[in-house]
Amino acid sequence: MDFYLTALLQGLCFSALALGIFISMKIFNIPDITTDGSYTLGAVVTAVMLTHHQPTYIILPAVIIAGGLAGALTGIIHTKLKINALLAGILVMTALWSVNLTIMGTSNLPLNSLPTLFNLVHISADPNHNTFWIVSGFVIIITALIGYLLKTDFGIAMRATGNSESMIRSLGVNTDRMKITGLALANALTALSGYLISQNQGFTDISMGIGIVIAGLGSVIIAETLINWFRITSVWLSLILVIAGAIIFQMVLAITLDIGVDANLLKLVTAVFVLLIVSLPRIKFAK
Amino acid sequence: MIQISNIHKVFNPGKANQVNAVNGISLQIKKEEFLVIVGANGSGKTTMLDMVAGSVFPTSGSITIDSENVTKLPDYRRSKWIARVFQNPVSGTASDLSILDNFRLAAIRTKPKGLSIGINDEFKKQVKEKIATLGMGLENKIDQPMGTLSGGQRQALTLLMSVMDNCKVLLLDEPTAALDPRSAEVVMRTADKLIKDYKLTAILITHNLKDAFTYGNRIILVSEGQIIKDLDAENKQALSQNDLFGWFS
Repeated sequence: MDFYLTALLQGLCFSALALGIFISMKIFNIPDITTDGSYTLGAVVTAVMLTHHQPTYIILPAVIIAGGLAGALTGIIHTKLKINALLAGILVMTALWSVNLTIMGTSNLPLNSLPTLFNLVHISADPNHNTFWIVSGFVIIITALIGYLLKTDFGIAMRATGNSESMIRSLGVNTDRMKITGLALANALTALSGYLISQNQGFTDISMGIGIVIAGLGSVIIAETLINWFRITSVWLSLILVIAGAIIFQMVLAITLDIGVDANLLKLVTAVFVLLIVSLPRIKFAK
Repeated sequence: MIQISNIHKVFNPGKANQVNAVNGISLQIKKEEFLVIVGANGSGKTTMLDMVAGSVFPTSGSITIDSENVTKLPDYRRSKWIARVFQNPVSGTASDLSILDNFRLAAIRTKPKGLSIGINDEFKKQVKEKIATLGMGLENKIDQPMGTLSGGQRQALTLLMSVMDNCKVLLLDEPTAALDPRSAEVVMRTADKLIKDYKLTAILITHNLKDAFTYGNRIILVSEGQIIKDLDAENKQALSQNDLFGWFS
């Protein structure tokens, strides 16, 4: 049972990343690969600041700012230098590998003996339950903030930017600035996942972000499939389904391991699972 | 109101695929004038409209609106004067957003898009009343995504959106090109009414010579990036539909 609780915790930790991908991919219609780098960046900043005994209330904003800067850089390269968004993301992600390695000074940093968020806050005596409540609190606050933002005038303009750029420009919105802000927000959320995961697993590794974008994409695609099936138009419900998507995704991986599939095949299973989610509705409609 | 002075637009200059889209057009459009622009495909009329809107910058020449030089001002900064209805209904509205969300953005076109929630009961009531004037029964569908509506419904709503905030100039870029004749007529009648009611300065580009004949109080013919004919209200009234067809023969 603990195995599935761990998967649930992983899913909750990845919720911020999934929300980030939802913002970049679904709201702005930008395939953002910066994710792999900004996720690790969040974990690296957390690890380095924890090892330097910085207080939690400073670490969290530092992680958000670092992720935001990475996303803003992708946005600036894409909008100001007119580089394809995919390439801009790949360039920043590649650069972040060196940045992360330089900040950390080593490829792996253990956090076991350090006062992480999960050691400092005590809601339950059971460590897993304690982590569950803390991460759940995080997810609720993030979802509430993003949900509110998307309902504001600024949020409506954000949503319109990825939908009809010509329209929103004619309505007085600087779409370049909006995309930079959106990518900064998306990657700040991604970095937040790195912050939570590194403290939950007790270490930060330079390669922990490789292919992580697939976890986010898979979560968003699960959510999108559900949104389309149930014809959901509510912003709040869409965000909740994105979080559900992140949890379902981790649960499927847990089930895969539980039924005895070789752990080395996990990335292959992940890719096939995402492919299935994407293709199933199309196969159904193609009849 | 709008002063266009000797504007040129060259696409891909110095390359094999260089196109001289606009070749020295000068035009003064008075306040509350409804200008109709006709011309063959590739004559430069849409490029000219894009330059007025700010989505394309002229290679040379200048454009002023209300005596302010806007030549290098991007489209989003010209929104304090200009509202635009695009040829494709998809371009003028956000499909995934609700009708209400689309109207909210239109209502704050000239204002900052801040971090407050602007959609409240009063705003909903205001939008419903406005939409009801179309007589399309859309006032009860304001929470539906814009993408669920037909092209004609979307164009009619885009027209209404253009007068939600302080608009002075309305640009109509072949607004009925993608519509069936019945929807096209509704859209053009709505546009004409709004232009008159709100005392707007308007520019209409159209391939529909019946619309060109029926609407507006000035007409120009553009060919190869230049103005070939320019008829004011009095001369336009004296123009017969056959004369207009004759321009294209």
